[in-house]
Amino acid sequence: MSLRDYVTLRVGGQLFGVDAARVHDVFHPRGLTPVPLSRSEIAGVLNLRGRIVTAVCARRRLGLPPREEGAPEPLAIGLEVHGDSYGLVIDSVDEVLKLDDEKFHAPPGNLPPRWAEIIVGVYQLEKELLIVLDPHTLLDAAHLKAA
Amino acid sequence: MDDLIAEFLTETAESLEVVDSELVKFEANPTERKTLDNIFRLVHTVKGTCGFLGLSRLEAVAHAGETLLGRFRDGKLEVTPLAVTLVLHSIDRIKVILAGLEATGNEPDGDDHDLISQLEAMAEGQEVDLSTVKTVEVPDRPIGAEIDAAEITAPALGVGDIDPATGRALRPGEVSEAELEAAFAAADGPEDGLKPGDIDPATGRQLRPGEVSEADLEAAFAAAEAPDWMNDSAPEPVAEVKAEPVKAPEPVKAAAPVAPKTPAAPEPAPSLGGEDAQGIATTQSIRVSVDVLEGLMTLVSEMVLTRNQLLQISRNREDSAFATPLQRLSTLTGELQDSVMKTRMQPIGAAWKKLPRLVRDLSYELGKKIDLVMEGEGTELDRQVLELIRDPLTHMVRNSADHGLEGTQERIDLGKPANGTIKLAAFHEGGYIVIRIADNGRGLNTARIREKIIEKGLASRGEVEGMNDQQIHRFIFAPGFSTAAAVTNLSGRGVGMDVVRTNIEQIGGQIDLNSVAGQGTTFTIKIPLTLAIVSALIVGAGAQKFAVPQTSVMELVRTGQNAEHRIEKINDALVLRLRNKLLPLVQLGPTLQLEAAKDEDATFVMVIQVGERRYGLVVNDVLDTEEIVVKPLATILRDVDVFSGATILGDGSVVLILDPNAMSERAGNMLEEKAAEETEETITDAGSQKVAMLLFKAGNGAPKAVELEHITRLEHVESSQIEIMEGRAALQYRGKLMPILTVNSDFSGLISAHSDETHIQPLLVFTGEGYAMGLAVDEIVDVVEDHMTIELSADRPGVRGTAIVAGRACEILDVDYYHLRGLAEHQRQPAHSSEKAVA
Repeated sequence: MSLRDYVTLRVGGQLFGVDAARVHDVFHPRGLTPVPLSRSEIAGVLNLRGRIVTAVCARRRLGLPPREEGAPEPLAIGLEVHGDSYGLVIDSVDEVLKLDDEKFHAPPGNLPPRWAEIIVGVYQLEKELLIVLDPHTLLDAAHLKAA
Repeated sequence: MDDLIAEFLTETAESLEVVDSELVKFEANPTERKTLDNIFRLVHTVKGTCGFLGLSRLEAVAHAGETLLGRFRDGKLEVTPLAVTLVLHSIDRIKVILAGLEATGNEPDGDDHDLISQLEAMAEGQEVDLSTVKTVEVPDRPIGAEIDAAEITAPALGVGDIDPATGRALRPGEVSEAELEAAFAAADGPEDGLKPGDIDPATGRQLRPGEVSEADLEAAFAAAEAPDWMNDSAPEPVAEVKAEPVKAPEPVKAAAPVAPKTPAAPEPAPSLGGEDAQGIATTQSIRVSVDVLEGLMTLVSEMVLTRNQLLQISRNREDSAFATPLQRLSTLTGELQDSVMKTRMQPIGAAWKKLPRLVRDLSYELGKKIDLVMEGEGTELDRQVLELIRDPLTHMVRNSADHGLEGTQERIDLGKPANGTIKLAAFHEGGYIVIRIADNGRGLNTARIREKIIEKGLASRGEVEGMNDQQIHRFIFAPGFSTAAAVTNLSGRGVGMDVVRTNIEQIGGQIDLNSVAGQGTTFTIKIPLTLAIVSALIVGAGAQKFAVPQTSVMELVRTGQNAEHRIEKINDALVLRLRNKLLPLVQLGPTLQLEAAKDEDATFVMVIQVGERRYGLVVNDVLDTEEIVVKPLATILRDVDVFSGATILGDGSVVLILDPNAMSERAGNMLEEKAAEETEETITDAGSQKVAMLLFKAGNGAPKAVELEHITRLEHVESSQIEIMEGRAALQYRGKLMPILTVNSDFSGLISAHSDETHIQPLLVFTGEGYAMGLAVDEIVDVVEDHMTIELSADRPGVRGTAIVAGRACEILDVDYYHLRGLAEHQRQPAHSSEKAVA
C-alpha cells in the first residue's frame, strides 16, 4: 500500500484534492490586476514575492456559480505548469490528507466534459467524495480553449 | 563529448572566423606582413591542436593550408586571388569537418585529397604560376559544393563564437603568435627567442609559465617540419596590442617573470586546447555559459524590482532608520545591474565578422569590385539583440552587393569609381543603436517599384501617383515584394526585406531607407540596446494602469476641452488634427473593453509609430515613466495579443505591457494606413500637384470632396422634377431619363422635399460613354485648389479615403463607384420606367 499526500480544498462546497507535491504555496490573492480581453476564467495577474502569478478562478473554470456576497476571502494555491506560475483561486483549504492509492478510483463516466478532462480520479472518503484535480489540464491553455 | 574536443571546437571556430576576415584583408593588401603572420599562426595553432587530439583529417588539411601560407610568408609565391580562394576553401573544408566533429564527437569520414593535392600543387608550383592555376581550377567544383555545407553549419558553430563573459571573441591566434615568434626565434638560436625580455616589449604582455615550454614545443615542430622556410623568416616582433580591460585578476604564478605593465592591458591568453593544461589557469577571461548569465540577469532584475518596492515603502515613512542603508543598497543594486548588463553587451563587430568574407565571395561571384567599409565595430549592444540582427544584416549586405551596386564596367561607364562601396556604420543614439548600411550603387528603381506595387495589388494606380519617392521605396518592405528581374543565387526570391523588417520590428526596432537614383541606397536600422529592461510610460485607462514601451511613443499630445488639439469624428472613427495631418486614433479603454472607460475624458493622445504605421492611442492619463523589467505572460494568457508581457512596478502592483503593434491591428482598418510623411516633403514633391476640387455636403458626417475634372456640370433643379419610384430616383434631363443617386442610397431627403414645397436641389452631373447620372447633394460649398493626399483609407464604398482639403478633413468621393452605380441604373432603366420616358 502506497500513501500519497493531497491538499484538500473546497470550491462551491465540493471537496477537491491536489497532489501536495505540486502545490508550492497557499496565499490570499490580493492586488489582482485584471487582464482585459482575456478568458473569463482568468482572475488577473498578481505579484507574489516578486513573481508574476496568473490567478485562475476555479469556480469559473469548473462552471460553478460565482462566490456569494459576504463569503470569506478566497484563497489561492500556487501551482507551476510549463514553467509558468499560477494561482488557482478557491474558496478554502481544508487539510493535507494521506491517502492510500488502493482507494483511488477512476472518474465516473457521467461527468460533464468540462469536469471529466480535469479530474484524475476520485477517493471515497468516509463522509464524502474527494475529487482529485489535475493541475496540468486545469491550467493548460489548449484545454482551456476547448472548454 | 570530450571536454577537450568541445573546447577545441569553440576556439577553432573563433580562430577560423578571424582567418576568414584576415584573409580578405590580406588579399587586398598582400604586402601587409602582420596580417599574414596572424593568419599563419591561427592555422598553425589549429593544426597543432589537431595533432594533439588525434584528428588526422583536420590536421592534414590544416597542414597543407599552412604550407601554402608559408610560401606566401616567404615571398616565394605570389599572392593571387586564386590562391586566397584556395586557402579559403581549405578553411571551409575545416569548418565542414568541425561541424561533423561537433555533431558526432568523431571526425567525419571523407577524402580531402582533392583539396590537399591542390594546396600542395599551389605551394610547390611557385615557378610555373600559370600551370598551377589550371590544375587548381578543376577540383573547384566539389570544393564549392562543400562551401554551401559549411555555410549551413556555420551558425551552429557560431553559437560559441563569442565569449559571453568578456563580450568579445577570444583570439587564440594572437597568443600563439607570440609563442610562434618565440619558436622562430628559437629555430634561429634558442637564446634569442626564449629570453623573456625579447618577447615582452613586442607583445606587450607577460610571459606565463606554460608558454616557455610551449614555445620549445613549437620550436621543435617548426624546426622538424619545414626548417627551410621557417629559418628564412626572421622573427619579427609583432606589436598588436589590443586595449582590453583586464576582466579578472590574473592568478600570479611564482614562476612567471613579471613584466612591467603596459598601459594597454594584454590580450588574455586562452588555453590552447589540450596542448597545455596550465592554459586554463593563466587566462584573464573565462568562459561562462549564456544560461548562467541569463540566470544572473533574471536575479538582478528581481533585485531591482525589490529595491524599487523598498524605496517606495521608505518614501512613505518619515522616521525610517532604513533610509541611509537603503540608499546604499539602491546604489549598489544599480551598479550591479549595470555590471550584469555589461556582461551581456557585445561589440556589434561580432555580428559583422562574417561579412568581409561574404562580400569577397559575392564580389567574385558577381564579378563586381566591392569594398566593404566598417565603422563603429566596437559599438556595444545586448547579445540577445545581436543574435537577432545578425541574419537581417547579412541579408541586407547581400542585397546591396547583388542589387544595389552596378557591375564594374557599368560603374566605369557612369564615371563612378570602379569599386563599389558598401559601408556599414554603427553608433549609439539615446537608448538605441543605429546601424546604417549604405551602398554607392544605382539606387532603387522607383518606376519599377511603382509598377510592381500596382501589379501586386498593394496599392491602386491612383494611390501610387500620389506618393513621393520615399513612400514608394518603402514598399520594398511589403511582404512578397521583390523587384529583382531575375532570381539570382544570392537574392531576389521576394522573401527578403519584409522578413528583415519583421525581424527588426520584433525587437522593437525600426527600419527605413533613403535612396537616390544613381547615388545609392542607405538603410537605417534603429534598435534598442537591450530587451531585458525597457523604459515605459505608465498610462491610465478605465481605472487601470498599463505600460507602453517608450521606444514606440513618438510624442504626447494633450487633448480635451480647452486644449489646442481636439479629437474629431469621421463617421465613428476618431481622428486628431496634428500639424496639418490626420492621425487615426485608437481609444485604449474601449479597445480593451474596460467598463470604467466609458465615462472618462480622453486627456492624452500618444502618437505611436509602429513600422510604417502611425496612430494615436487615446488614454485617460499619463502617470509616470519607469524602467521596467519585461516578464513574459503565462501561456494561458498568450491568446491576448495586445499585451507583450507584464511587469511589477515600484509599488508592487503588476501592470500589463501593451504591444503597440497588436493594438494597431486590433484597431481595424487603419492597418492600411501608412505613416504620414514629413509635410514639407509631400508638398514640394512633384507627385502631388494641386488639384481643383469641389467641396460639398451630402449625407451625414464630414464634408465631401471630388476632383472637379470628373464633374461634367453642376445643375440646380426643382426638387419636384425628380421622380422617385421604388427606392430609386430619376430626372428628365436633356430629353433623357437620368438616374439620380445619393451618397447614402437614402432618398428620404428628396422625398420629403418632393411632398413639401419645392426647393432647389443641387446636382453633380457625371457623364460616361452614352449615359449620364446625377448625384444629389445637400449643399455645394466651394471650389478650391489644394494638394490631395489621402491620409485615411476608406471604410465604406463610394469613398476613396479622407484628406485635408482647404484645412478641413474631407471624404474624397470615389467617382468610379458612382459611375458603376449609374451605369447599373441605366441598364435596368427601360424595364421599369418606359412609360415615364414616353411621357
